[in-house]
Amino acid sequence: MASSFSRILSSKRHIGFLSLVGGSVTAGFLLHREHVSAGTPVRRSYPASAEYPDLRKHNNCMASNLTPAIYAKLCDKATPNGYTLDQAIQTGVDNPGHPFIKTVGMVAGDEESYEVFADLLDPIIKERHNGYDPHTMRHPTDLDASKIHSGQFDERYVLSSRVRTGRSIRGLSLPPACTRAERREVERVVVDALAGLKDDLTGKYYSLTQLTEKEQQQLIDDHFLFDKPVSPLLTCAGMARDWPDARGIWHNNEKTFLIWINEEDHTRVISMEKGGNMKRVFDRFCRGLKEVERLIQERGWEFMWNERLGYVLTCPSNLGTGLRAGVHVKLPLLSKDPRFSKILDHLRLQKRGTGGVDTAAVGGVFDISNLDRLGHSEVQLVQTVIDGVNYLIECEKRLERGQDFKVPPPLKQFK
Amino acid sequence: MVDYKGGNIGIFVSTPGSNSPQIRQQKGAAMPFGNTHNQLKLKFSSADEYPDLSKHNNHMAKVLTPDMYERLRSKQTPSGFTLDDVIQTGVDNPGHPFIMTVGCVAGDEETYDVFSELLDPIIEDRHGGYKPTDKHKTDIEASNLKGGDDLDSNYVLSSRVRTGRSIRGFCLPPHCSRGERRAVETLSIEALASLSGDLNGKYYALKNMTDAEQQQLIDDHFLFDKPVSPLLLASGMARDWPDARGIWHNDNKTFLVWVNEEDHLRVISMQKGGNMKEVFNRFCTGLTKIESLFKERGHAFMWNEHLGYVLTCPSNLGTGLRAGVHVKLPNMSKHAKFEEVLKRLRLQKRGTGGVDTAAVGGVFDISNADRLGFSEVELVQMVVDGIKLLVEMEKRLEKGESVEDLIPAQK
Repeated sequence: MASSFSRILSSKRHIGFLSLVGGSVTAGFLLHREHVSAGTPVRRSYPASAEYPDLRKHNNCMASNLTPAIYAKLCDKATPNGYTLDQAIQTGVDNPGHPFIKTVGMVAGDEESYEVFADLLDPIIKERHNGYDPHTMRHPTDLDASKIHSGQFDERYVLSSRVRTGRSIRGLSLPPACTRAERREVERVVVDALAGLKDDLTGKYYSLTQLTEKEQQQLIDDHFLFDKPVSPLLTCAGMARDWPDARGIWHNNEKTFLIWINEEDHTRVISMEKGGNMKRVFDRFCRGLKEVERLIQERGWEFMWNERLGYVLTCPSNLGTGLRAGVHVKLPLLSKDPRFSKILDHLRLQKRGTGGVDTAAVGGVFDISNLDRLGHSEVQLVQTVIDGVNYLIECEKRLERGQDFKVPPPLKQFK
Repeated sequence: MVDYKGGNIGIFVSTPGSNSPQIRQQKGAAMPFGNTHNQLKLKFSSADEYPDLSKHNNHMAKVLTPDMYERLRSKQTPSGFTLDDVIQTGVDNPGHPFIMTVGCVAGDEETYDVFSELLDPIIEDRHGGYKPTDKHKTDIEASNLKGGDDLDSNYVLSSRVRTGRSIRGFCLPPHCSRGERRAVETLSIEALASLSGDLNGKYYALKNMTDAEQQQLIDDHFLFDKPVSPLLLASGMARDWPDARGIWHNDNKTFLVWVNEEDHLRVISMQKGGNMKEVFNRFCTGLTKIESLFKERGHAFMWNEHLGYVLTCPSNLGTGLRAGVHVKLPNMSKHAKFEEVLKRLRLQKRGTGGVDTAAVGGVFDISNADRLGFSEVELVQMVVDGIKLLVEMEKRLEKGESVEDLIPAQK
């Protein structure tokens, strides 16, 4: 570990140690938002009103919540690393959005962004996460896969199962803001830790800068390779700078556990396999995550996490669990039923085409996954997907037999 | 080292900034986008921050050694533009094996000074050996142009001269804030509104355009769109699009100004046919008038004795001038010595769709290759003289005659 990083981290570890020793009172004190002080204010030549973005044609969460007053209050602030409001909202200013799809329109450049720009991010989080209030609520984290029941789907319908999330390394800036040295340090820390994984998790790292043609082709064939982002939502946020420096893919030999490094987040962790054994997928997911966490902690690092927001990631839409658990499932009859969308909505599920967001479903096969990310634990969300998909399969079977089905009542939200 | 059990790292909380050992000191006005947090970077070694340029082929990559990076990385211009801001576009766009891009931009006038160690060699390489001690001559006295009013319109379909101007005291498109960009627009609208006579015209803000106006501007080939080239996007020039961007043109549609595209102002004079003299007259008159209108309002253009007019891209320094014609050379263009002749005349060719497009029907866009180290009059003179010669050669070839005695010496 570079000595410069030890110096930066030492203060943070002391805080952690103090809170551990001092117990919940200290932790509670340190949790208090105002204790995070912003960096020295940014000096501006023009008044806030002259700098306020023109959001009249915009339809994203940032535009809905960034009033001139909030802008004026926050525009001269910066996080201790120097990340500013204008940087955080740039992607939302540059991408007005779609009349039907509401994007978030803002990113975090570091962990402290969520504190320093809380006046804007809290209402965005509330809007995006169904009323979750970071002021008053606590996010539950639960990676105990043994609590899952009925996690084996009917494989005549479920073709594949997958769980993904993201993790950020505390003390290093996030992809919109990170320097090259920070990004390389993320790569070093994570790759070093992953080298310690054993048994069914033993694997190998492929750096994007050093891929051979053969390796590249194999990764493409396995559907593992990620490419430089082209979506302006991402490029406008600065996440694609210096591509492909310090980006890479790690996967285990069995090709069931995969980690992306320095794409949209420090790490994206994916567990997947063909078939319907979601329990096993989630079990590997939890095991792998916990093992990686243990390995980085051995080296003095930790993940960004707090009680208000759960796991901290670049996009506010991924806070909490950052978890999307989903299946590719054949529902040719049900998908044509006019009640399909309503059922999904009640079950807190979303559908996508098998090519991903905004693609068409091919052969009646849909990607079905959880809608929620924050305010529910990992176990709760995966169980929701399991229960929901089982219900959908039941409906499909009933339609096959010429029977009707009931639209399930909406699942209770925490509101 | 704290070793805790329990699997839940919730006790480690978000760390307060006040306990961080290095408080960030902000000198000067810091601008949004990209690398404002230069102080953070300085905590890491230069070697750790130095970009990987092993697959790169642009002017910046040729020049920026690890040692140079170390010397320059702690610097910033008064407005806060840093080395990484300058080079980001070059890091993100390795370049093409055959085309050598610049790989750098300026964020303000002072960039060329603060980062001269990097930019001087790039300028020298790009502009034919132009030295840091060389002086650039500015001459927009249109009467100094000899001839140019009689290019054969049977061959020369249209004539055009363009350049750019930056307003001193404002940051350039890669770096400016919204407030600043809007101030540039407001100033420009005001100045342009005072133009009269042949230059009487109207401003169309990109964000307020009606469909009818938009269609008309497209039909006139005036409308510019949000940049799509990654060379431009990576430098931050397209932020906040289309805020404070617009097009002004005169009623006669022969004089056009782009506001806040790649530069503060891009000024274009053009018309059908071969009367380059008239195009250049209008160009000089318009530019001079615009400059005095800005001066009346207390604003000068960025200019100095060494670099001439200062623009965002180092390739446009000096005159920022590209004078060109669309000219029919179906025979000459197939001649074995076509490229050599162009090179000797200090001209370059493009397809009529612009850079890297194919010439349609033997019609080429021919313009000056140089920007810096020659005055505006000198460059337009080269185009006028060169096109005259090329048309003469074309006519000879039409008649089946030789052109060997017309091959010019290197200018």
